[in-house]
Amino acid sequence: MTPGEIDKIFRDEAGRALATLIRLVGDFDLAEDALQDAFAVALERWVCEVPDNPRAWLVNVAKHKAIDRIRRQTIFRGKQQALVHELELNALGPNEPTATLDDDMLRLIFTCCHPAFAPEVQVALTLRTVCGLSTAQVARAFLISEEAMAQRLVRAKQKIRLAGIPYEVPEREMLAPRLDGVLAVIYLVFTEGYVATEGADLMRPDLATEAIRLGRLLNRLMPDRAGITGLLALMLLHDARRAGRQTPAGDIVLLEEQDRSLWDRAQIEEGLRLVEHALRVQGRPQPYAVQAAIAALHTRAPSFEATDWPQIAGLYEVLLRINPSPVIELNHAAALSMVDGPARALDLVDAIAARGGLRGYELLPAVRADLLRRLGRKAEAREAYRAATEATQLEPLRRLYARRMREME
Amino acid sequence: MQYLLMIYQNEVEYAKNDVATSQKMLAEYQAFTQSIVQSGNFKAGDRLQPTTTATTVRVREGKTLTTDGPFAETREQLGGYYLIEAKDLNAAIEIAARIPSARIGSIEVRPIWVYDK
Repeated sequence: MTPGEIDKIFRDEAGRALATLIRLVGDFDLAEDALQDAFAVALERWVCEVPDNPRAWLVNVAKHKAIDRIRRQTIFRGKQQALVHELELNALGPNEPTATLDDDMLRLIFTCCHPAFAPEVQVALTLRTVCGLSTAQVARAFLISEEAMAQRLVRAKQKIRLAGIPYEVPEREMLAPRLDGVLAVIYLVFTEGYVATEGADLMRPDLATEAIRLGRLLNRLMPDRAGITGLLALMLLHDARRAGRQTPAGDIVLLEEQDRSLWDRAQIEEGLRLVEHALRVQGRPQPYAVQAAIAALHTRAPSFEATDWPQIAGLYEVLLRINPSPVIELNHAAALSMVDGPARALDLVDAIAARGGLRGYELLPAVRADLLRRLGRKAEAREAYRAATEATQLEPLRRLYARRMREME
Repeated sequence: MQYLLMIYQNEVEYAKNDVATSQKMLAEYQAFTQSIVQSGNFKAGDRLQPTTTATTVRVREGKTLTTDGPFAETREQLGGYYLIEAKDLNAAIEIAARIPSARIGSIEVRPIWVYDK
């Protein structure tokens, strides 16, 4: 086996192995260091033969490395001796029930997404420990230096230890709000991958892929939760259009211009099945499931014109009832422009803007510009496109607005 | 673990409360304190006089400098604290959320520094 293949197995198993190790050794840093030690051993040994159960192997070797690390520390405190003792007692057999390992993974996810961390810290910790990205990769996702990211992660792990953030899945009454927090983290990773905040590239597919991986994992660990299934469906359906969303040169192709044969049909089918499932789960409708239902209508439509716009506008009204926000109002207005025309939609958009709820939201001028353009109010449209260009840090969006302005000349 | 729960709220606004509101708040505080004494989480707790009574002390080059007022002027002021024993941060947050002032001000939850023996 080549080092590249070993690296891939390691990436696949690292998150779950780490999750179990943290429970066994009770310390994030020690668990991470020990897992790195185990990986070094794997690189040597697996070249000849890969173990049947790589994760159990990694956990087992890492556990012994953790014991070695503790022993190597010169000052022996009673506490640490007790820890070594406990570790030896807790020796993980190769056949530890899958349920326990799944619980470990959930513990890790809920700990990384603890509300005592700022949202960006939750995202960074999740990408680093659950997804197994390197610190350099996480730093790239945040467009900050590796050093700054390393420091952020060190501080976060310190906080886990010093502030006593428990390594556990929250109990009944806390589970629902905490799960919402976890889903928000996954969605944050996805949206950054779907449309980047800044830079030269519209999309960052690696982040979208990680988010989908997390969604799949969570959906398997906690089945029949409409929020999770809905979010996974939403991400799959959006991501399925990836190949159609930009030209080879990296220019944006708008939904109405996209070659729908480029969309990933298999992924759409999977997404559609999940939406249906999410909508059937008992309880009040979940915002992610409703958003997924909207995405489903888009992917089902044979063309932009033949899209079921009245139903899309109706679903946005459902969203406004269960999860009101000015961003949803803006989306609703855009959908309504396809039903009642751009004039009515522009009135709505201007009303939202007048209330001040979207101050600083960079897509507000873009939506206004599009409506004004369709109404033939060129001078105002041009001004709105200029405002939209000012508001974004993303190069492909700036080129799109420039193209629209040229088209109006 | 031990945590210090620091109660911050706007003391000027709070002073504007009428007698009935203040008494209701006091009763809520008594009930809350009672509950965490009974559950064994309570270590200590006090209400502080307003920041108009505060004096800030610094020693620079051997000289004691005092200034009238709190260390920093902020929108919300430290008005009291509880020292509690809790299993973990989740338990501490749960207790902090029950402090009556959490509904009007904010509670900062800080773990107590433990020195290795």
